[in-house]
Amino acid sequence: MEDKLKIGKYEFNSRFILGSGKFNLELVKSAIENAGAEIITMALRRINTDTDNILNFIPKNIKILPNTSGARNSDEALRIAKIARELSGADMIKIEVIKDSKYLLPDNYETTLAVEKLANEGFIPMPYMYPDLNAARDMKNAGAACIMPLGAPIGTNKGLITKEFIKILIEEIDLPIIVDAGIGKPSQAAEAMEMGASAVMANTAIATAQNIQVMSKAFKLAIEAGRFAYLAKCGKESNLAQASSPLTGFLR
Amino acid sequence: MTNNEKYFPDMEIINSDIENKILNITNNTNFEKYNEYDVINALDKNDCSIEDFCALISPVAKKFIEQIAQKAKKERERFFGKNVYFFTPLYISNYCENHCIYCGFNCKNNIKRAKLNFSEIEKELIAIKKTGLEEILILTGESRKMSDVDYIKKAVELSKKYFKNVGLEIYPLNSSEYKYLHENGADYITVFQETYDKEIYKKNHLKGHKSIYSYRLNTQERALLGNMRGVGFGALLGLSDYKKDTLATALHIHFLQKKYPKGEFAISVPRLRPTVADLNINPSDVGELELLQIMCAYRIFLPYVNMTISTRERKDFRDNAVKIAATKISAGVSTGIGEHSNKKEGDSQFEIADSRSVEEIYKELKSQGMQPVMNDYVRV
Repeated sequence: MEDKLKIGKYEFNSRFILGSGKFNLELVKSAIENAGAEIITMALRRINTDTDNILNFIPKNIKILPNTSGARNSDEALRIAKIARELSGADMIKIEVIKDSKYLLPDNYETTLAVEKLANEGFIPMPYMYPDLNAARDMKNAGAACIMPLGAPIGTNKGLITKEFIKILIEEIDLPIIVDAGIGKPSQAAEAMEMGASAVMANTAIATAQNIQVMSKAFKLAIEAGRFAYLAKCGKESNLAQASSPLTGFLR
Repeated sequence: MTNNEKYFPDMEIINSDIENKILNITNNTNFEKYNEYDVINALDKNDCSIEDFCALISPVAKKFIEQIAQKAKKERERFFGKNVYFFTPLYISNYCENHCIYCGFNCKNNIKRAKLNFSEIEKELIAIKKTGLEEILILTGESRKMSDVDYIKKAVELSKKYFKNVGLEIYPLNSSEYKYLHENGADYITVFQETYDKEIYKKNHLKGHKSIYSYRLNTQERALLGNMRGVGFGALLGLSDYKKDTLATALHIHFLQKKYPKGEFAISVPRLRPTVADLNINPSDVGELELLQIMCAYRIFLPYVNMTISTRERKDFRDNAVKIAATKISAGVSTGIGEHSNKKEGDSQFEIADSRSVEEIYKELKSQGMQPVMNDYVRV
């Protein structure tokens, strides 16, 4: 069964997007391999270096997804995107516009503006956002290639605490919904995929695991399992018991 | 201005509630009241309140140092992963108009004074650049006369030629001056309050601009008003009751972050070390255990801040602290004037305990599974 993730003009077999910000770089390559990931995100500000540039640690066949981390408004996001395109050749850009240094929550309004500006400049915008239906619609109309709602504040490993709102995005927005941030365990990634997310992004959960290789693999399998479950259409949950041998079957 | 201090005529007055907020809590906190249960409770929680923070820096918490360190390390990894940010300070002038009785740069001290001219600064920058560093911190003594804002601005412009990230540790300025330096390439400033205890502050800062407590305390807020991207804080631990100064510093960040949520915040934890001046001061109440306790408590209460570990500390302490709580380490440090290009022209502010080169620290941290990061910044 062919089941590809489509973002803009690109297609991917893997539905696991790996973040890179928190790794010891020697471990990134094997994490990518074990994760089976085809996309890796990285902050432009981390590519902006001469020593231990993460770009040198990424296999050539992996798609680089620069993010605009450090941008506090849409203009800064656009400037960062342009530098990223120069440095890495990437046209897919994960938009992060953050004005809060404590919780690092994305600013949906500025993010929407950034989507429009990047789309006009020929980028494939992938906005990281707080799961709000109206903002997601605006981002879609502004040219977003997918929507990347957070499951929980970044780095918290708290899982899908915005689950009900992400479900609404999955139902209403006709774009890939990629759960980004907050996913702390493979089971949470599986849950996101089961409910119809198109992909999952994770970094902290893997970079801070005791065994990075094994955790990468665990996430890979969980995301695949969740995807299969979604495609297979899970049986419906019900509050009423449905006995497999009905008590009243004797009635004529 | 929140008290009756008389500002110098050139000092900008901003309308700020921050000092009162800090002192209301700090002056009313008694660290002896916390018990073991409070510490265990603080360690058991996900979100650290001000009360929890007080418990973690209280005397009774010392025996829980291992558990405190474990929790701090988790927080550090969640926010910063394995990254350790490298930088080095460049002292370009040690002329100082202040009279801080604990400091090597004190204007009354008979030390060799020097100020680098622009070609000397450039030579130093080139020498540092060769070590692989990409972030630099420009320092001056606190003399507006000998190192005026335009001198600093030119030093910033030169620094931008060679470095990706330029920070400043200079005397406090007005917001318009911060705006000017920001427009010319500086994004971060650090000013140490030294102590938040007003009485002890006055005794230690006898004259000059630095004698005005409130003007200094409001420096970071003026810098944020002047569009600086990030601001740094620090109390000189050992000058006063370190627990109160630790609490006040944490509250300073806590309240400013609420008021300026997009600002970036950084913290330093200098202890008094021997210099020409402080022979009569006994900094013995902040040992390594207390220092680590303070750093870990900061990390748990303010998980999002960058924290610098000073070269005043010995190398084993630094290498471990940077895995548990700190995120930034200075390397290849010289606190004298002109020493990077091998020609010492002016004396040092303090003695350093870790004189390792960038390469040595890089290799050591890498071998311990950490990821040295020379730059994590793009100017926008």
